[in-house]
Formats: sequence, C-alpha cells, structure tokens
Amino acid sequence: MANMPMTETATRDLFPGALEMMILESLRRQPAHGYALVQHIQQRSNNLLQVEEGSLYPALQRLLKAKLVKAEWGVSTTNRRVRTYQITTAGLRHLEQQISSFERMFEGIALVLKPGESSAT
Amino acid sequence: MTLNSSIFGRRRLFNDLNEEMRLHIEERTEQLMREGMSRQEAERQARVAFGNPTLIEERSRAVWQWPTLESIWADVRLALRGLRKSPGFTITAVLTLTLAIGANAVVFGVLNALILRPLNVPQAESLFVVQHGSGIASHSYPDYLDLRKRNRSFDDVAVFAISQSGLDTGKDPSNAWEYETTGNYFDVLRIQPYLGRFFHASDEHGPNSAPYVVLSYAYWHTHFQDDRTVVGRVVRLNKHPFTILGVAPPGFQGTILFFASDIFVPIVNHEQLSGDKLILNARGSRWMFEMVGRLKPVVTPAQAAADLNSVDAYLKQSYPKEESNDSYTLARPGLHGDYLNGPTQAFLTGLMLLSGLILLAACANLGSLFAARAADRSREVALRLALGSTRSRILRQLFTESVLLSLAGGVVGLAASILLLRRLSVWQPFPRYPLHVPVSPDANVYLVALVLALVSGVLFGIVPVRQILRVNPYQIVKAGSTGAFGRRLTVRDGLLVVQIAICAVLVTSSMVAVRGLMRSMRSNFGFEPQNAMLVDTDLTTAGYSGEKVPAMQRRMIDALQAIPGVDSVGSVNYPPLEPPGSWQGTVYTDTTEDLSPSNTAADPYWYNVTPDYFRASGTSLLAGRAFTWHDDTNAPRVAVVNREFASKILGSVPEAVGRYFKLRDGTRVRVVGLVEDGKYVNLTEGQRPAMFFPLLQSPSSWTWLVVRSSRDPQQLAAAVRRVLQDIDPAMVLAIRPWSTELGGTLFPSRMATISLGVLGMMGAMLSITGIFGMAAYSVSKRFKELGIRVALGAQRKEVLQAAVGRSFKLLAIGSGVGLVLGLLATRVLAFIVYQATPRDPLVLAGVVLAMAALGLLATWIPAQRALSVNPLVLLREE
Repeated sequence: MANMPMTETATRDLFPGALEMMILESLRRQPAHGYALVQHIQQRSNNLLQVEEGSLYPALQRLLKAKLVKAEWGVSTTNRRVRTYQITTAGLRHLEQQISSFERMFEGIALVLKPGESSAT
Repeated sequence: MTLNSSIFGRRRLFNDLNEEMRLHIEERTEQLMREGMSRQEAERQARVAFGNPTLIEERSRAVWQWPTLESIWADVRLALRGLRKSPGFTITAVLTLTLAIGANAVVFGVLNALILRPLNVPQAESLFVVQHGSGIASHSYPDYLDLRKRNRSFDDVAVFAISQSGLDTGKDPSNAWEYETTGNYFDVLRIQPYLGRFFHASDEHGPNSAPYVVLSYAYWHTHFQDDRTVVGRVVRLNKHPFTILGVAPPGFQGTILFFASDIFVPIVNHEQLSGDKLILNARGSRWMFEMVGRLKPVVTPAQAAADLNSVDAYLKQSYPKEESNDSYTLARPGLHGDYLNGPTQAFLTGLMLLSGLILLAACANLGSLFAARAADRSREVALRLALGSTRSRILRQLFTESVLLSLAGGVVGLAASILLLRRLSVWQPFPRYPLHVPVSPDANVYLVALVLALVSGVLFGIVPVRQILRVNPYQIVKAGSTGAFGRRLTVRDGLLVVQIAICAVLVTSSMVAVRGLMRSMRSNFGFEPQNAMLVDTDLTTAGYSGEKVPAMQRRMIDALQAIPGVDSVGSVNYPPLEPPGSWQGTVYTDTTEDLSPSNTAADPYWYNVTPDYFRASGTSLLAGRAFTWHDDTNAPRVAVVNREFASKILGSVPEAVGRYFKLRDGTRVRVVGLVEDGKYVNLTEGQRPAMFFPLLQSPSSWTWLVVRSSRDPQQLAAAVRRVLQDIDPAMVLAIRPWSTELGGTLFPSRMATISLGVLGMMGAMLSITGIFGMAAYSVSKRFKELGIRVALGAQRKEVLQAAVGRSFKLLAIGSGVGLVLGLLATRVLAFIVYQATPRDPLVLAGVVLAMAALGLLATWIPAQRALSVNPLVLLREE
C-alpha cells in the first residue's frame, strides 16, 4: 500500500498549536519564507521532527488570519522570488504566553512520567 | 471587513498561497538537483516531501472561510449539479416525496384542525362539554338550571339547542340555522362581539322576554353585506319580531367546529321560535344539544364530573320518573364531546398511521434508489477517497443530496396540501346543512411537513452509508465497480419487500373500504329511497300553530296526491337515516307496573307518520294494518312496530299484532301493524327497535313529506313546489330526492373510502416505481451477462427469468406479507366503513390481481429491454 496517501492524522502528530509555536519562534529570530522555515525547523530539531513540508502552509494561514505574522513578497539573498513572513508584536506576545504555558505543561508531564519519584515529597 | 472586500481580498490570498506553494516545491527540486538527483527524480521527491497539495490548499483556504457554511454551500452546488445530470432520478424522487409528504400534511392538517387545535375562544383549555349518557342530545332545560345552580366546580355553565327558523328581513324569507343559547353563553366562552353587543344572563326575565338575535360574522357578511347599521334593526323569526343586538367575531360560528351557525337566539324565547309551550319546562325532554362549562381554575375534570353526578343523585331522588340512569362525564369541546370526537379521532389517527406508512414506503423506495445510485458511483467515491477526501465528507455530500431532494419534495407537497386544505375548508358537503370542515392549515402543519421532509431525507440517505464506508478505493479503481449484484440478499431487496408489503396493506385496506361502501349502498334500509322525493316543511316557520297544523298537513298531502303520476304521499316527523339522528322514546312492557327508568324495556326510535307513509316510503307491511285518518285523538292509541321491536319488547313476531306496550307516561298502546326492520340512524348500527305512531295522535309541526312517483325528479320537484306554494306562498320549502338526501348519512363512509382509495392509489404508484426501479437497475447491471446468455442460446423465457425473476419473487413475498397485515388492519376499518369485512373473496382476489398487475406493469419496460439484448452490439461495445 505504498501509494496510499498520507492521512490527516499522520501530519498532525504534533499537538495542536505546536507547529505554530515553532514557526513563531523561528520568525522571532529572523523573518523567513516558507521553505526556509521548514529547513530551519528540521535542522534545529536534528531531523527528529519530520514535518510534512506542505503542512506548514495551513499553519501560516492561521497565523496570518490571527495577525500574529505578516507576509510580503520580495527577493531572497539567493535571488529567488519569495514571500517573507515576519512576526508582529501581537505574535511576540502570543509566543511568550504559549511558551510559558507549554513549559508548565511539559513540566507536569515530565513529573508524571519520571519513574520512582512520588508526588508526595 | 465588508463582504465585498473579503471576497476580493480572499482571491488574492489564495493566488498568493498557490504561488508560494509552487515556489516551495520548485526550490526543493533545485536543492535536490544540486545534491545530484536527476530532474525527474528530484521533482518526485519534492512532491513526496511536500504532501498532497490539493488537500493542503483546501485546508489553508478553510482557515479563511466560514468553514461549515461555505463547505455546505459547496456541497449543495455539487449535489444540484449531480441531480441535474440525472433528471429521471431527480424527478422520480421529488414526485414520490411530494405525494408522500403531501398526503401526510393533508391528514395532519385535518387532525390538527379537528383534534389538536383548541377551540377558537380565550382560555379554551378550561372549557369542557358536559355529557349525559352517550346520545346526541342529552339535556333538559330544568336539569340544566339545577346543574347550574347546584354545582360547585364551574365558573358558569351554558347550554344550547340547534334549530332552524324562517328569518324575514322584510323581503324574501329564508331559513337560518340558529343556536338557541342560554343568556350566559357568550360570557361562558369569554368572547367579545365584533359589532354591537351580545345578550347576557341579565337579559332573561322568563319566557319570551329576550327577543334578541346575534348574527354570525359570515351570515352578516353574506346576508347583510357588512352593513354596520344592522344593530338595532328588527327582523322576524318565525313571524315574531327580534332585535339584532350585534355581530359575533369573525371565525366564531359556535362551539361545534364543523357546524356553522347563522344566528344566536336566547333559549328563553324558545316558545316563539318553536310554538312549543311545554318543552322548556319538561324535565324528561332531553333535547338540548350541548352543555359547555367553564371549569374553575383549581378543579380537575374528574372532580367536576363527580360533583355533577352528586347533583344528579339528588335530582334522581327528587324526580325519579324523569331522570335516567346515565351519568355525567366531561369531554373536550369542538366535536360535540365524545360523540364525534371518538370516531373522528380514531379514524384520523388510523389515517395518519396509513399516511405515515406511505412516507415509510416512499423512504424505502428512495433508499433503494439511492443505494443503487451509490453503487453506480462507487468508482467516483473511490476516486475521491484516493484523492484524499475523507469518508465523512463523502457521506455529508450524499446526505446533502438526499436532504435537498426531500426538502424539494416537502415544499412541493406542502404547497399542494395547502391548496387542498383550503379547498376542503370552503367545501360544503351538504347543501341543506351549514356543515363544513374547517381545516385551514397553520404553522403546525408547515412545521410537521418540514420535519417529515428532513427526517425522510436522512432516512433514505442513510441506506447507502454502510456501502460507502466499506468502499476500498484501491480495489475498485483497479477492478471497476464491483459485481456484487448477485445471489446474495441485499439491503435493497429487504427494502423492496418492506415497501411492497406496506403498499399491499394500503391497497388491501382501500379495497376493503370500497367493497364495504358498495355493499352499504345496496343494503336494505327498510325503505326505498329510489323514486321518492322528500319535502321538508316546517309549519312553525310559516306561522302555523295548534289546531291549524294537522289540518294544513292534511291539505298538503291531498294536494300533492292530486299531482299526475304521484303514486302515494305520506309524511313523517323526521325521516330515518337523516343526520344527525332520530327521535327516541322510552317504552315498557305491558306487564310493567313501576314505570321508573330502571325498568325500561327499550328506547326505540320514534316516528310519527301519516296513513300512507309506509306505502310512500316503500316500507313493507308484514302483518296487521297501516294507519288511517281515523286514528286520531278520539281513537285508542295505536302503533306500528318493526320486527326487532316485536321480538324484543312484545316477545313474539308472529303474534305481535294485537299486543300492548306502555309509554313513559303509562299510556297503553295497542300494536296494529308490523313492518320490516331497517336502518334508522346510521348504516353501521345493528338491528334496532322502531315504532311508528299516527301523526294525528302525536302531532308535530315540522314534518317531511314523502312523495313516491316514478316521474322525472326535476319535473316532480317543480310540480310539488307549485302545488304547495299555491296553498301558502310564505312556506319555506326544501325539496330533494331521498337518494340525494341520503348523501349525508353516507358521508363518513364515503369520506373514509375516498381517503383510503387515494392512499391505496398512492401505495400502488409507489410499488410501481419501486419495482420498476429495482427491475430496471438489475437489467442494466446485468446487460452484459444477459448478452452472453443470449449468445449462448438462452431462450426468451430464460432471459426473462434472469432479468426480472428476482423482482417478481420479491414482489410475491412483499405482497403476501402485506396482504396478511392488511387483512389484520381492516378489522379496524370495520368500525367506520359499513360491512367492511376482510374475509371477502373478492377483496382477496382483487388484491392479488392488483399486485400482480402492478408487477407486470412495472417490469414491462425492463423486461422488454432485457429481451431486446443484442449480444453482438453489446460485446463489441465493451
């Protein structure tokens, strides 16, 4: 069944909002276009996160709609026509909130998963 | 953001997105090529890494859309396109649904108007009909006065009688139907006049003290041309002056839904209207039509009934001779309490069930059509699944299609039913009575039709769901649509059997009803309506009273007798089988000494007739003699009785003549003649005792002349009118052939037969479309197979069997089941339709023949197609 198309769940193996968070974090460091964003995320995660490249675009559209990023057509350093995304102030604020709540959640999950330690201590 | 800018802005957004994605794949390809791949390989890898672009684009777009709304709209457009492509399917489906939903809307409309909708008066929920016994008219005026005074459960109670008066405005007197009501009638109902004022209890000061009349809105509109100055005008009712007080509000025509009264008159003036001095004070005369009461807020109907019965117990003690053993009960108003409410409700509920069955059959029908359509489209479905569509999306698409169809059918069906209901509302089945069926549709009807449409859409849309969920796109795209159509019993087969069974039930019940009606038309009424003319003459309306009445009646009979071609003329106080009922009187056997209600021998029907009545009506005299003009007040009381009376009360049929029985007042009556049994109130009644008295010994001013003649009815009617108007030009006459007059009696069973007939026809049509769809589909599916069979030398018979044999088998099973169910169901019918017996060989044969004929008709075209298979052409094509 090699030709079966990827189903929706395969591309959404991240928890909802994770992709958006990573995009925003990447853009906080520097504005980028879609292709560069994919490259960046895959490299930074040491290729642990295999994101289907296309799935970036619905996420970008959601961020655009929420006015967390803005986009502009331009020319890249390699002289390609690209659409460059930039994080907005609202995006920065949103990212901070997301990261802190994510960290709390991660901490909680880690506590539960850690073997041998009782929560009573 | 305005809608406009959002739409244009969105187009740019989507173009940007498209371009961006294209560039992304391009960049990846170039990158891969730099790493040493060939262009072709690089392009492939880039696409694999990117994922399904269509799906991604769709999801990206979805971010900007009102997601559900727009995708539903897209589904609707797609569905419309799909339906346009198969007009045959669409038209069949919409038509089927139109019929089914229309039928349901009509039946529900009637049910809603007659049973569910409360009476059109304020606080209708606290208004109740007080019933005494189960007869049609059950209260006497003195009883009413006592009940009103002594009960503690009602705010107030009113009572009324229905009668007819000659209303004279100065020109051209005409008959008007009136409610003779107690003064508090309008106040009990809590309604306000449209014009002028109503009469009240305070207007009553003893007999003939309130010569007032209130007009119904409709009567004011038709007879006074909306003239607002009528208030205060004096008109003559049966020659007595009455002042018009006001006009009732539009839509109010009395408390009986289907009986539209023309005018309302105070009951205290009954003597002026009827010429009868005594009846208002006669406790034993139960002639008031209906008592309505406004219950006190905290009292339940059961408590009120108990209260009334305790008053009744007191009355029984005080007046043992006059009071009967009947007890008081409460019922909802509108259809004269339980008297009509019961049968109407039973019949309409039955009809509702049957039309529900029609809708179910239609759904089964459409469900199998839909399943076939889904099977045909399995390739399309597989392709869409392969391209990344989700199954739920495809199901939603299918449901959109089915709901669209059902809504279309629902709207058309509702429109048709509204037209029909409106027609029904203005229809007057009997010219002589102000009877109509007030069934104008309201919001409830629209709502029910809409809900039914949606439910049926979901119902038949659900059929192919399993099929879709099982689709394996890989298999189907590779192998073509599955050849699963074969020996196995499928859901479609089951549905077809169910549908045919339902249709057979409908066909069976309609045939039983039609047969019953045919038989009831031919049954023995105890008189001969053919060649007889009825003339309704009310001498009170013409101003006659006392001694002048019998003399005038004799004169009329003699004058009519002189018309050439007239065989005999008689008169009767009220003809048998004339709605709404018949007079009844209590009798005792001759040996009974204590004449209290508990010793009653029977309540036979009571007729006052002139000597020639039996001959004129065609009632055969079995023994003894008929009356003569000498059986008058000076002669001993005599009677003629029917066979049932003789065997039940006199104890012997052969020796009945010469025996005696007693009336309520103790009078001994000698039986001088014996006549055949007949039907007296309705056709479904069992054999009932009846007695006939000489008109001269118990006079009444309202009589019906029966003129027997074989002359042409038109000419005869004209001659009768001429002769009678020569005698008195002021007389109001209604002349009609007796057979026409019987229409009223046959009305319920006719209505039942018509509605069942229509439902049966619809059932038949549904089974045709169902079988046709199935057979046609099966033939088209197996065209190739049939071609091969023919090529291999199959005979016509074998081809036919292969093509439509299965449809026929299913038809046979379905019909069998339906026939059995239908016969069981028609037991219920027997209550309404006279002599509707399911054990009728003609009905059985008829149903079997009808279903076989339907099967032949429906499989004819597919069978022809199967026979015309040309294997050469067919095999070349594939």
